[in-house]
Amino acid sequence: MAKPYDLRRYPGFFAITLLCLVILYAPLVVVAVYSFNDSPSITIWEGFSLRWYVDVFTGPESGKFKEAAWNSFVIAITAATTATIIATLAATAVLRAGTFRLRTVSIGMISLPLMVPEIVTAVATLIFFNAIAIERGLMTILLAHIAFCIPFAYMPISARMQGIEATYEQAAMDLYATKRQAFTRILLPLMMPGIVSGFILAFIISLDDFIITNFVKGAGVETLPTAIFGAVKQGIKPNIMAISTLLLAVSIVMVALSWLIGRRDPAEGR
Amino acid sequence: MAGGGATGGTVQSETYREARTLLLLPAWVTLGLLTLAPLMIMLVYSFLTKEFRGGVIWEFSLDAYDQFFFDRGLFGDEPPKIEWTYIGIFWRSIWQAGAATILSLLIGFPTAYFIATRPEGQRAFWVFLVTIPYWVNLLIRTVSMKFLLRDEGPLNDGLIGLGIISEPLGIVNTNLAVQLGLFYSYLPFMVLPIYAAVERYNFALSEAASDLYAPRWAVLRRIVIPSVKPGIIAGCILVFVPSLGSFLAPDLLGGARTFMIGSLIEEQFKGNAGNWPFGAAASMILLTMVLFLLMVFARQSRKEAA
Repeated sequence: MAKPYDLRRYPGFFAITLLCLVILYAPLVVVAVYSFNDSPSITIWEGFSLRWYVDVFTGPESGKFKEAAWNSFVIAITAATTATIIATLAATAVLRAGTFRLRTVSIGMISLPLMVPEIVTAVATLIFFNAIAIERGLMTILLAHIAFCIPFAYMPISARMQGIEATYEQAAMDLYATKRQAFTRILLPLMMPGIVSGFILAFIISLDDFIITNFVKGAGVETLPTAIFGAVKQGIKPNIMAISTLLLAVSIVMVALSWLIGRRDPAEGR
Repeated sequence: MAGGGATGGTVQSETYREARTLLLLPAWVTLGLLTLAPLMIMLVYSFLTKEFRGGVIWEFSLDAYDQFFFDRGLFGDEPPKIEWTYIGIFWRSIWQAGAATILSLLIGFPTAYFIATRPEGQRAFWVFLVTIPYWVNLLIRTVSMKFLLRDEGPLNDGLIGLGIISEPLGIVNTNLAVQLGLFYSYLPFMVLPIYAAVERYNFALSEAASDLYAPRWAVLRRIVIPSVKPGIIAGCILVFVPSLGSFLAPDLLGGARTFMIGSLIEEQFKGNAGNWPFGAAASMILLTMVLFLLMVFARQSRKEAA
């Protein structure tokens, strides 16, 4: 008779988990390693070098990539900030303003961008901008990004808010704080880890987006993903691998930050 | 992600009752204007006449849907036959997304189960490990996959070096490459909901079954899997739905023979050669399929919760 502890274990599951992690990380590790290859060929290893990183910043294509990176960064910061503010306010209404008729509809509305396939959102947004005759460019990319970032900002914010009991604000108001003070001085500081996580996730989602951006960007306007896509269409080159590795590092640092901040217990205070 | 469940939550207080309209207004305006209204306009566009340089002429027409489903010959004067080209592309997409989903389930379930049975303190770390790749740019992940799978790539080099194969496997540009790409894109979506379900599973049930002489694998098949079925279904939906409309994996890893819905739609809006109403109609058909699937799923999970 097996012990209860052994019962949970199935032979092979650990091996499959390792396989799963190998599959998830192998392509990224391989690209990161080859980005340090001192060779214009992507196939033959000719020793360690940083030449492709130098090429990214000073090479013939560096101007194009710098501009694309700047566009990506500005759009991601602006879209994530706006989406985070909108999501924080919406979460307060959904979780701390009692029940009301439009509550369920509002929740559905917020999760709408998650349910619609990305390519459909891309088509719909392009058609929308065309129908109201807005010229495509940075502004249209930004507007589209704000919309699809909202649910991603909302998820960690709402999760965090559900972990904060309403008694804290109640106590403040019993001591004659106004509702505005209860919100800005009690709820918001307690919410900060959730808000930061929400912002970071929205930022990454915006930075990551290719399909929607590709549809609503005007001619000549590029973000990092659309510039990389254009370059990859001509074949994978070592400088693309260097850019990819840099972006990889940015994503991992951001997610690690978000995880560390989001993990903090609400009861620990700020 | 599927339905309001992930983003809902119970009402905690009535503190900001008077301000709720003001609090919700920005979300309503933004999403109404930039998500809901565009979908409506897309529906309208799918019933308009195409303009030859891209764009539309504001004249009602059923041409887009007609072109999707019926073949009326080169000059449009023959009796309509069923047009299999586009239905075929949709069918292939369903098949590819389905294969990627099954692949994800085969790897994702044991992984999720393994993580959920770790000591409590270690689980968050394992989950973190599985989710990191999801946050890496999808384009970069897909390019990396292509780099790895190429005929001259490290995978083939390694296998040839080890003497396992003598010629490159030739994976790129096949259905398998696209399936691997989709699987790689969305694998974390399979692991997370199953993990959440297994974590809530009461292992006393396994013990009871085992005490009654159920063999180990029978416990898994007859007790554990039925108990965590909602998590499995959620995982399958979360992988299948984005796979169905994906563009990058079929475009970068596949070839002409692996053409999927995403590429079909994208082509309609590229340059002057496109057909906007047709692209809008294909998007509507895809959207309808996905929403139907999500609705069935939501109904199913409500029934199981009751």
